[in-house]
Amino acid sequence: MLNPVIFELHKKGRAAEHLPAPETPEEEILASIPERMRRRLPLRLPEVPELELARHYERLARRNHHVEKDFYPLGSCTMKYNPRVHERIAALPGFAALHPMLPETLAQGAIRLLASLEEALAAVTGMDAFTLQPAAGAHGEFTGLSLVEAYFRKKGEDRRKVILPDSAHGTNPASVRRLGLEPVEVRSDERGEVSIDALGAVVDERTAALMLTLPNTLGLFETRLPRIVEIVHGAGAQLYLDGANLNALLGIVRPGDIGFDVMHTNVHKTFSTPHGGGGPGAGPVGVKEHLIPFLPTPRPVRDGDRWTWKHDFPDSIGPVHSYYGNFAVLVRAYAYIRHLGGPGLREVTEHAILGANYLRSLVEKSYPVPYRRAAMHEFVASAARFFQTANVRAMDIGKRLLDFGFYAPTISFPLIVKEALMIEPTETESRETIERFAAAMLAIAKEIEEDPERVRGAPYDTPVRRVNESLASRRPRLVWEDGADGEGVPSRG
Amino acid sequence: MSYIPHTDEDREKMLRSIGVSSVEDLLREIPRSLRFEGTLPLPPPLSQMETELELARIAAENGAALACDSFLGGGVYDHYIPALVGQTTARPEFYSAYTPYQAEVSQGTLQAVFEFQSLISRLTGMPLVNASLYDGATALVEAIWMASGERSGRNEILIARAIRPSYRGVLCSHLAVSGLRLREFPFGKEGTTDLSCLKQMISNETAAVVVQSPNVFGLLEETEEAGRIAREAGALFIQVFDPASLALVRTPAEAGADIAVGEGQSLGSPPNFGGPLLGLFAARAEFLRRMPGRLSGMTEDANGARAFTLTLQTREQHIRREKATSNICTNQGLVALAAAVHLSSLGPEGFRRAALISQERALELRKLLREAGGAIPFEGPFFREFVVRFPEESLKRGLVRHLLDHRIVPGIPLERAYPEMGGCLLVAVTEKRSRESIRRYADLVRDFADGKGKGAPSDA
Ligand SMILES: Cc1ncc(COP(=O)(O)O)c(C=O)c1O
Repeated sequence: MLNPVIFELHKKGRAAEHLPAPETPEEEILASIPERMRRRLPLRLPEVPELELARHYERLARRNHHVEKDFYPLGSCTMKYNPRVHERIAALPGFAALHPMLPETLAQGAIRLLASLEEALAAVTGMDAFTLQPAAGAHGEFTGLSLVEAYFRKKGEDRRKVILPDSAHGTNPASVRRLGLEPVEVRSDERGEVSIDALGAVVDERTAALMLTLPNTLGLFETRLPRIVEIVHGAGAQLYLDGANLNALLGIVRPGDIGFDVMHTNVHKTFSTPHGGGGPGAGPVGVKEHLIPFLPTPRPVRDGDRWTWKHDFPDSIGPVHSYYGNFAVLVRAYAYIRHLGGPGLREVTEHAILGANYLRSLVEKSYPVPYRRAAMHEFVASAARFFQTANVRAMDIGKRLLDFGFYAPTISFPLIVKEALMIEPTETESRETIERFAAAMLAIAKEIEEDPERVRGAPYDTPVRRVNESLASRRPRLVWEDGADGEGVPSRG
Repeated sequence: MSYIPHTDEDREKMLRSIGVSSVEDLLREIPRSLRFEGTLPLPPPLSQMETELELARIAAENGAALACDSFLGGGVYDHYIPALVGQTTARPEFYSAYTPYQAEVSQGTLQAVFEFQSLISRLTGMPLVNASLYDGATALVEAIWMASGERSGRNEILIARAIRPSYRGVLCSHLAVSGLRLREFPFGKEGTTDLSCLKQMISNETAAVVVQSPNVFGLLEETEEAGRIAREAGALFIQVFDPASLALVRTPAEAGADIAVGEGQSLGSPPNFGGPLLGLFAARAEFLRRMPGRLSGMTEDANGARAFTLTLQTREQHIRREKATSNICTNQGLVALAAAVHLSSLGPEGFRRAALISQERALELRKLLREAGGAIPFEGPFFREFVVRFPEESLKRGLVRHLLDHRIVPGIPLERAYPEMGGCLLVAVTEKRSRESIRRYADLVRDFADGKGKGAPSDA
């Protein structure tokens, strides 16, 4: 079998022995649990020798794309290099082995680190305070909006509308709805920015917030931000920043200086912490002064010459995480900021912007960019013309890029660009890599003219060919069933 | 310039190709009034080496904790982790990969998630498991969202007071404006949930009943009975479970849970000062289309070969936006991988031994602490964690300080969350605590009560 699942490697009695047998006879230990409360279901975990297991994960590892293999052009995801040194730092026993409920005296370094990171993020963004509890960007959105909601509740104002541009990421409307507020969409204008007229028409005394992404998801700066701030604040509402694109702003623009009241940032994007194949990340939330009382508890604070957890904030929304957030992720982010400092962070942004504009200059003749303005850290091209002329979709182009050893661009949004290809090179990709990627894009454009079928059938040179997603959702198989293999899935090899 | 690969020559060439003379030219669309001038007010940059040394110094400030025998639990447990676990998650093929949207080049992650779902399904007995949520607390929030969607029209959630206090907090912060009414039902003097009270409170307004077992005090609840009460009232039963306990203890499926959520940190992850954690979420088959978060499914590729892919994505935010079943996007993928490697490494026997030894040592410590003068307020069946109340006199004289001085972290004080439980500690024991450390803990308590324990910390 070429690619077995773990259960196919199972044979009874051949797992490695990790633990000794208990010294007390098993029945004596079990006597502490009444019969009716015991497990009856057989515990069907696989028994696999350690070498076979190691090979299993080696096989899986080889079937993954990852940052150290090659470039991820994923727009909005900021797939920059994850410095190796951070992995070593986060694994230090003085961080990894700490229990969250340790007496404060035994965790002074950890509490201090969290407080220092809050402070550093405030310095980078111009916000007045941060909470590090949210476990990802979407959790940050939820938390940030909760703060806004609590603020208005305290003021006795009934505001339930949250306004979002039509270019917003899917988590934005989902977070609004989950919280119990009402998402209202506002359209973008012909420049790819929030339409000021449309905004003016929807903002009213029931508006709690406008959620803005900056640069927006087209990679463009909202040039009329001062007017937007006026409209939003004029109506007594709050301005929320989805800080997923903070990599474009470091040392250039501080959201807290220009009218944003509350924001989240994805440290697994801007601050170089790994994506982990889907997580864990972290989504710290920053606020201006007036929202500080509502921040989640407990908060790390200095008390004379020691660090302590402070619980007593009567207006707080309460905790949003079991403990203090994804600590091991936050350690990496702190190391990154400590290493680069102010000048280094600004260089990050400058080079992220340089790389994006360079890549755009290399591909835009073949892949039109609908909003022809200076890009920030990413740009959105459109494959609509290929769809019209050759029935080749953005997704097909993404799949064909896999054959060149690259990942695909982001294609699921923004919804306002037809057949969108959202591309973000990040500052850590070299000129040579950017050029190699551009050459692949151009080769695909040419191939579409000559042999569109080839592109529609991609990929060819990947661990598996195009995956049948509709079969997966028509006949969901989400867990392994012993003996059921082969049913509907002809096994090969 | 760390991690930035460009030389001056590269920059020149790139600028020329763009058609500008400096990066500043690329920023001209940003209104001048919005620009930040100057340098970000951060400490000066450090080299990589200095950064590592600085962080190592901060870690060393926590160093005293490492020398202690810790009896802390409360959701995060210090179980043995096979070497293969950490060495697998330390591979860049896994940690530096993105969410597996492009299935063809993400088979490693997708298959690992599929195996994780399968393993948790076998552990819990529940047929549906997702790819992970942030932590146990937010998994419970998601369970309540799902239950209230399923029982729309009913807007009350009954929650046992004997669930982890941080979960109570997270429920409040997440559900404050949901329109749901959260009501607590108490625990009795045995420390377990008062089911007669649940019976009185439940009504046709109740969408779901939440019980944690083992509960906040480590005690096993009558989950089957709680499930029956919920079902009879037409409400869903949500059980908060502890995966390590399931080696020995009745599964949520056997108890009749509709939704089962839990904290998965104890499956292969170090404590990490409380994060990243692992939200486990499992449910009955009929809830397939209401599941929150990602699902990896087995399918085939264009050649008919076995392949895996994220599936049923129309439930998710990137497709469904405001109508999504959840707002979650990034989850705890790498922590789920750790759990999969952990369970596959230990196998059924290793996993069971961890539970048995933990329980053996917890029983022993409970006995010894009782003999040393500690009171055991709750006598019922428990799993690897129990409550002890030390004599007021000892506490007044600084027993806890004394234990810490002797490098025993004795447990989690319960008084903040349960004001009526002054002097009570929640004590957890895993297979990693030696019998010697258990005896030392009890001896210190006894000697202190006898007035013998005021000496300087021993070097033992
Ligand atoms: C613009 C934007 N907002 C929000 C998010 C959600 O962040 P997370 O995946 O960390 O929850 C993303 C992630 O891709 C994003 O690109």
